Amino acid sequence: MVQFALPKNSQMRTGKTWPKPETGGKLRKFQIYRWNPDDGKNPQVDTYFVDLDDCGPMVLDALIYIKNKIDPTLTFRRSCREGICGSCAMNIGGQNRLACIFGMDEVTGDVKIYPLPHLPVVKDLVPDLTHFYAQHSSIKPWLETKSNTPAKEWRQSIEDREKLDGLYECVMCACCSTACPSYWWNGDRYLGPASLLHAYRWIIDSRDEATGERLDDLHDPFKLYRCHTIMNCAQTCPKGLNPAKAIAEIKKQMVERTL
Amino acid sequence: MGYRTDYARVHGSGAAGEGSHHWWSQRITSIALIPLTLLFIFPFGRALGGGHEAFVATYSNLWHALVAVLFIIAAFAHLQQGLQVVIEDYVSGKAARTAALLANTLLTWALGVAGVLSVASVLFSA
Repeated sequence: MVQFALPKNSQMRTGKTWPKPETGGKLRKFQIYRWNPDDGKNPQVDTYFVDLDDCGPMVLDALIYIKNKIDPTLTFRRSCREGICGSCAMNIGGQNRLACIFGMDEVTGDVKIYPLPHLPVVKDLVPDLTHFYAQHSSIKPWLETKSNTPAKEWRQSIEDREKLDGLYECVMCACCSTACPSYWWNGDRYLGPASLLHAYRWIIDSRDEATGERLDDLHDPFKLYRCHTIMNCAQTCPKGLNPAKAIAEIKKQMVERTL
Repeated sequence: MGYRTDYARVHGSGAAGEGSHHWWSQRITSIALIPLTLLFIFPFGRALGGGHEAFVATYSNLWHALVAVLFIIAAFAHLQQGLQVVIEDYVSGKAARTAALLANTLLTWALGVAGVLSVASVLFSA
């Protein structure tokens, strides 16, 4: 659904400028998206100042600093603070990043922080990922087998295991899908780079016995073929993965089984 | 809204079982168009300044006519496939999308067939 202008109730306003901390250190200016579902107002951008001498180096450190010392109402998700849980994905300086492993020094000028693009906002920097997770579950992200379960484990050679490298590391942070214009326009039907990367992770798993059914489930102009190799997914992935390549491999396999 | 679960909404009507053929033939027409465009454009360009006689002279030649017909078929097939993708991407209303897809198919077919017929009429009338 292409929309070139924001709906009236989404148009941004200039928000509050919070007082500078008086701890005497070097200050960095943060501009952060705020929206509260309870006050009926449009979203706004608040300005905060963070004392860099009193704060860790990552963007998440600054957010925690703000929440602890300036404005306890600032809402965001975070958990592991080391890039493995995928909770603190947000748009920082125009790029989707994990705040915990993205340094403030990687942004020039003011640090502008928004929620992940083109998702419903729950509050402030917290987007609603319900649909994203449902899409992930729709690709059956587990081992599907038909043979009798072996007494020990499903065996896999070292070479076959290596095929999963660059895929299994995905933490489902949604940076890639929400950076994809095709996902913005047709996210209701297009599965998006994250779910398709996971689909490919199971398609090439040598132990999986449902490869054909998995390809059948993706054989759809919208579920799979909305990918036009725009490559925003690969550019933005905080884990350095390449979902576009995984999608290209699915398309290749889709054709190969007809030839 | 309603009370459909997220899982049901994501699954929708299931996979259409379509798309790979379209994707593959789009690659084939684009690759075919590389040599065909080069072969077509030079004799066509040379004939452009010379009026009707020059075109008759060029396309009464079987080789030039063959290249022109293949080029027209590949180009209009590719146009149809490409526009279809653009429409599916950007036109969201069900009725508008269906109408645009239909118009695209009919127009590209009409133009392509007209092009092929034009070349054929020159070839066979010469």
